[in-house]
Amino acid sequence: MAETRNVPEQNRMEDPLVSAAIGGEVDSWWKIRSALMRRSFRDNWKIFRRNKVGVFGLVIIAFWAIMAVMPTVFFATGFWNPAVYDPVTGLELDPPTRTMVMVERISDPDTEIDRRAALLDGRIPDTLQVGDTFDLPLQPAPPDGRHWLGTDPLGRDVMSQLMHGARASFFLGILAAVVTVVIGTTVGSMAAYFGGVVDAFLMRLADFLILIPGLAVLIVIGAVFTFQLWHLAVVIGILSGFGGTAIVLKSQALAVKVKPFIDAARVAGGSARHIIFYHLIPNVMPLSVLYMMFTVTAAIQSEAVLSFLGVLNTDTSWGLMMNLARTQGYLLQVVDFWWLTIPPGLSVTLLSAAFFLVGRGMDEIVNPRLRRR
Amino acid sequence: MIRYVTRRLIQMVLLFLVFLTVTWFLLYILPGDSVALKYAGNPNIPPQAREVAMERLGLDKPVLIQFRDYMFNFFQGDLGVSFNQYPRPVVDIIGERLPRTLVLFLAALVTYYWAGFLAGKYLAWRRGNRGEMLVTIGGVGLYAMFLPWFAFMMIWLFSVSLDWLPISKFLDPEQWRDAPFMANDVFLRLFWVTLIASIAVFVSGYLARQTNNRRLGRILRWGGAALGVGGFFFYWFGVDSGQAMRVYAGDIGFHMILPVLTLTLINFAGVMLLTRSSMLETLREDYILTARAKGLPEGVIRDKHAARTALLPVATSLVLAVATVIDGGVITETVFSWPGMGEILVSSVVSEDIPLAVGAFSFIGILALIGHFVVDVLYGLLDPRIRVTEHG
Repeated sequence: MAETRNVPEQNRMEDPLVSAAIGGEVDSWWKIRSALMRRSFRDNWKIFRRNKVGVFGLVIIAFWAIMAVMPTVFFATGFWNPAVYDPVTGLELDPPTRTMVMVERISDPDTEIDRRAALLDGRIPDTLQVGDTFDLPLQPAPPDGRHWLGTDPLGRDVMSQLMHGARASFFLGILAAVVTVVIGTTVGSMAAYFGGVVDAFLMRLADFLILIPGLAVLIVIGAVFTFQLWHLAVVIGILSGFGGTAIVLKSQALAVKVKPFIDAARVAGGSARHIIFYHLIPNVMPLSVLYMMFTVTAAIQSEAVLSFLGVLNTDTSWGLMMNLARTQGYLLQVVDFWWLTIPPGLSVTLLSAAFFLVGRGMDEIVNPRLRRR
Repeated sequence: MIRYVTRRLIQMVLLFLVFLTVTWFLLYILPGDSVALKYAGNPNIPPQAREVAMERLGLDKPVLIQFRDYMFNFFQGDLGVSFNQYPRPVVDIIGERLPRTLVLFLAALVTYYWAGFLAGKYLAWRRGNRGEMLVTIGGVGLYAMFLPWFAFMMIWLFSVSLDWLPISKFLDPEQWRDAPFMANDVFLRLFWVTLIASIAVFVSGYLARQTNNRRLGRILRWGGAALGVGGFFFYWFGVDSGQAMRVYAGDIGFHMILPVLTLTLINFAGVMLLTRSSMLETLREDYILTARAKGLPEGVIRDKHAARTALLPVATSLVLAVATVIDGGVITETVFSWPGMGEILVSSVVSEDIPLAVGAFSFIGILALIGHFVVDVLYGLLDPRIRVTEHG
């Protein structure tokens, strides 16, 4: 692709690729390769930049990436005290309070507290008498200067949980995507290269995996094993890598397989392994990056749903925040306790939508037909 | 066509056997005798009782014998007994829950496909640069929406703030306190009446499309629609058995609105975006230009020429969507406490009710396989190329 492009005269000597091609000073192969990569990256970035939707997605991803790094900075600089701001064990010991009066029969729930209800409430000392006033600690507390998004029912900082949740989502999404791509490209290329029995077996397996409802499978697997975050990432990667991704990449690999350079490699004595890993896979890679993006979306969503249902075994995640809000009964009090429900739900939606948008933007690079003419 | 169908059918049965085998080994064997732990692992139970329990559940036999027994029993319709609802057979529970899931699934599927296709068609037709990005971002936002959160927001909006619709569940217990019917009977009646009415509408619509006679076609289309809708209302208002059940059936229908609406909104955007891009591609084809040159009316070009071809990739996506909709159904049922297959799958898995979990999971698998099969056959009907090549 790059060789056929017209290079302006003045650039010729500076470009190591061209100088190698025109027989000037011969560079080492990795210099040529890196020059090739830099150039294709620059060209593709130009195409990608024209797509506003894709850039919008990239901006959101960058925003969340910064969010994911923030807690480390805050803890390191001492801005956040781990005892208070830790997403799992942190506790706000000095929450905002509201002055309440203990009465026999309650008439205004905002300023009065029932005597019998107070007996059951662990936050209120037993020695309190009817008519006494009392500073009731508010937990979950609304946002203030110390806790930008308030605290949850257990007295932990919501902002810190949100940032750690972003970190978990990135880790999970990227690991799942990498596993998908490694498996998908290998399986797709092998099916395309060998054909016959290998192809039939791998493609029937892919059909089967597409067909079964993934979330139901993950729920069942989550019931059998204690599921950690990275287990989930690997399982999602396997399901998607052997499934839909393999089918798409196989059709791409089939188109590559009939090109002359594959024959040339075979005639030159390249083994099947060499051809698959050095010639087929690098050529289906661009398309697989696209599917990486869609896998990230799926992985983030699955993780959130599973932790929301309480099947996953994680420390912090956006789904877990929703789970807590749900089990503690704050989920439907959207106006009064908005900081418990809106941030995690919106974060999951935004980040997975962002990866999807970037995927759509990349689609234009990979499928030139989609470009605006 | 028949050969194609039979081959697919055999493939489906084989796939299901594999699926069931994997499920069984995953759930019965891997947890390390979770059945025994649940049932006989209690230290307060004397060893003799434990042995009796193990023997009664067949756990003392070798694994392969257990597997063989399970498979034989499965195909004779015996899936064991639920642990949580103890003496109740799993088949009984599934028989009650399956129609409820099916109704939710079908209602959502039909609504969102129809709405998404229509919206995508018009979007492509009026391709404007200003609205385009907005629609794409809105569509992707809906597509990537975190479903449980969205469902709760819907509940909050429609049931808590506006107080128009019930919060969740299948029916309103207060209204049913001294009802003379079982909820399931009413539900099944509702299911069948709706099914027959919609089949009447679809068959007459299909026949109307087949005839070349315009007047006959119009009579068939509107007559069929009137017959279906009119018959539906006549049953509930005119027939005695229908009149008696009307209030209760209405209550169930009322509880169904919000889950169906949620599932529709979530899935609709994907179909819309796909139809839009497929339609845009079709509009560039030469035969559209020919149709324009012939001076055909815009509506005919859009609906008869472009939309027909644009439907094919959308129908393919339906094949992949079956699994997605079932997944969405699992979440929706759990959030709305809709007593369907997804809800029992989650609750049985969380409470380690293994026989019920295997039963529910295998029936979800059957649902996915049948859905897949139906879509495959429909696709064959839609695209003549598949029919022709499969013959040869």
